[in-house]
Amino acid sequence: MQLIKAILILVAVFLTTLAVNATPSDTHSFDDPVTEKRYRELIKELRCPKCQNQNLADSNSQISIDLRNEVYRMLNEGKADMEITDYMVDRYGEFVLYRPRVSSLTYILWFAPAILLLIGVIVVVSIARRKTVDKGDVELSEQQQQALDKVLTDKDKS
Amino acid sequence: MGKIIRFLPLIVFIALGVVLYRGLFLNPQALPSALVGKPVPAFTLAQLKDPSTTLTAESLDSGIKLLNVWATWCPSCRHEHPDLLELAKNNRFTIYGINYKDDRELALKWLRDLGDPYRFSIFDEQGKLGLDLGVYAAPETFVVDHHNIIRKRFAGPIVGQVWEKEFEPLIKQIEQERARGE
Repeated sequence: MQLIKAILILVAVFLTTLAVNATPSDTHSFDDPVTEKRYRELIKELRCPKCQNQNLADSNSQISIDLRNEVYRMLNEGKADMEITDYMVDRYGEFVLYRPRVSSLTYILWFAPAILLLIGVIVVVSIARRKTVDKGDVELSEQQQQALDKVLTDKDKS
Repeated sequence: MGKIIRFLPLIVFIALGVVLYRGLFLNPQALPSALVGKPVPAFTLAQLKDPSTTLTAESLDSGIKLLNVWATWCPSCRHEHPDLLELAKNNRFTIYGINYKDDRELALKWLRDLGDPYRFSIFDEQGKLGLDLGVYAAPETFVVDHHNIIRKRFAGPIVGQVWEKEFEPLIKQIEQERARGE
């Protein structure tokens, strides 16, 4: 009975916390669900230049509100996603993109993890291969060979 | 060869560690502006003091200029204001204001009360010019050379040592370029 009570209280506590959440005041609405989806995607991928660890969707800073308005305006003008991100990059630099574009500047960012993994694999494989080769090279002395033969012949007899 | 291969991951790891450790001490606010090396963006706005005027990028003089983004809602702008008044006294460059997303009456009162370091202030009520300049807060100051090319963006107030450290060397450099006829 006590346990059930405790569980019920716990559930009640979690239910009350569910009701509380902070959302940025974003009042833009779209008639067209596809455009709305593009809008949500864009403001998720664009970084707030002022509050640097938030994207436009999460931030309520003045500049984020302005930039969201700008994204909204450009979407309504029928601009493509690329045009909108280019517009932002022209003004705020590559920095505004949470997912950096592949360019000569960002090659290291995009390809270094794969290269590091490759180096790791090469090292592991080369070490592992050498160990097996070493074992194969072990030669038995005459005594050992005789002992081995004896064991094998004994086994056959039994 | 085998020895080197064995230590390669350690070497790579240490190199990566050094690079990332250094990264911890970089200032994330010191963003390079996307506009350095580009001309001042086109705009058509009025003067703060006279709504009937029409200003464009051509309204700026042909010398070295500072474009100072300011607003009455910005405490750091008040902080840097005395330094700007001091800088305005020299004749090596002109200071222009960009009154960013502000109220005209309040801004005019501010200049009356605190003094006006600007040749004129561009009234950017909507923040459109600010957006084209990549401004994300005030104060920000842009150094524009005699070809109307943006040479530097500085975010934050110009107070104390900031001028000597951040601006003076660049202003000197532009002066030399200009003297050489570049």
